[in-house]
Amino acid sequence: MTEHTNKQFDAEMESIRSGVLSMGGIVERQLRRAIDALEKDDDSARTDAVGADEAAINRLQVAIDQQCAQIIAKRQPTAVDLRMVLTVSKIVSDLERTGDEGKKIAYKAAQTRSERLARVRHYDAARALERASAMLRQALDAFARLDAAAAADIVARDAEIDAAFASILRQLVSYMMEDPRTITPAIEIVFVAKSIERIGDHAKNIAEAVVQVVKGKDVRHASLDEIRAEVAAR
Amino acid sequence: MGVALPLVEVPMAACATASPFDAPQVANPKIAIRRLDFFYGSFQALSQIDLDVAEREVTAFIGPSGCGKSTLLRTLNRMYSLYPGQRASGEIRMNGANILDNATDLNLLRAKVGMVFQKPTPFPMSIYENIAFGVRLYDRLSTRAMDERVEWALTKAAMWNEVKDTLAQSGMALSGGQQQRLCIARAIAVRPEVLLLDEPTSALDPISTARIEELIFELKADYTIAIVTHNMQQAARVSDRTAYMYLGRLVEFGNTDQVFLAPVRKETEDYITGRFG
Repeated sequence: MTEHTNKQFDAEMESIRSGVLSMGGIVERQLRRAIDALEKDDDSARTDAVGADEAAINRLQVAIDQQCAQIIAKRQPTAVDLRMVLTVSKIVSDLERTGDEGKKIAYKAAQTRSERLARVRHYDAARALERASAMLRQALDAFARLDAAAAADIVARDAEIDAAFASILRQLVSYMMEDPRTITPAIEIVFVAKSIERIGDHAKNIAEAVVQVVKGKDVRHASLDEIRAEVAAR
Repeated sequence: MGVALPLVEVPMAACATASPFDAPQVANPKIAIRRLDFFYGSFQALSQIDLDVAEREVTAFIGPSGCGKSTLLRTLNRMYSLYPGQRASGEIRMNGANILDNATDLNLLRAKVGMVFQKPTPFPMSIYENIAFGVRLYDRLSTRAMDERVEWALTKAAMWNEVKDTLAQSGMALSGGQQQRLCIARAIAVRPEVLLLDEPTSALDPISTARIEELIFELKADYTIAIVTHNMQQAARVSDRTAYMYLGRLVEFGNTDQVFLAPVRKETEDYITGRFG
């Protein structure tokens, strides 16, 4: 994109943009730890690291939001700049919640120890979280490159995560009906699966925000076909 | 802007803005400009402008210096006819007639199309006479009717309460912001249909600017307003439609909300976001 006549304005916009990307990096790290927690057993060092990163994510959210407010107050951004500032503010709140879900999964994983449910936890949940995590990475990539077409593809992938969630739920219900002793750990895995599903939703929100920055149209609640048509236009 | 966002659902198809040149057709045009060319001697300052100024709305003209926005404004009351060597061709239709026709009565036109300039230009007369002077050119009013007209115009311009006890004082003694509102009162005292504002607040402090912007909002209930401004945020605040001009051409014309949130043309976006040049 062409530069602003006022270079300081460019620097401020770049600062919130790179802030989102570094915050995204920490959230991704958090999700890797959550996958690790699902696959392996307790690790106190991991738990400590999750806590530290959670605090870092929260600090970044507040700092980036404050920068957005300052840009609005000082620069009165319009058009693509305004959309970028509003979007960054939305994305940081999605990232913060994604980080929270990652933390929840990492902490909950320890409470889901059950021989019978091992496959659901170690395999199904962990693979679903890997997918959700990949979706988030792609959404952040699309943001970094302002690539609306890639963002539309991510919106499409949310259905995969929803399907994985439904499948995990179905399996857990079967286990609970067969053996009531699995109910307590199964409920914990339900929460984990719900968190994974939410992570997919946040990644989708970020992707939709990218479409709004690039195309100037709010595509939340629009169908996939409408989003694709919007991305193809102009 | 400034208006509450409508809570109606807008279908996606309706959101897509077509070519900027579909935009000039508005439902209620007060002034319809077609194929307008304008020349300062041999220099062409405007070329092939097609634009509708909607009735009882505020239309803002924005663009970098020299883009032709003030020139366009000055064609709307044929201010340029005062200067030899300046000429316009094409059509500017208002109330069915082409005001560019030689037959147009310029005095009558300028009574219908009032103008306020960048620098306040009060006459060296009392506040009362500043208003009454113009009215006398067009109307023979009794003293009482004239008093009422002066009060009405000053009230409309949101300054009656400030000056009602000092009407005999010189208009030149007022503050800059008051002088500008006096000029607006003078313009509306002859009951025009259209008000042209050429950078009306560029010489004013923020409070006076806010008063004038508030006034513009109130005046559009009765008048069609066209405003030229260098202050982009002002255009965004006060206007319903915005025209972006560059090098004597109309680049984009659309609803202000659309133009400032998601303009159709890249040139417009570069200008309003401060990426120009």
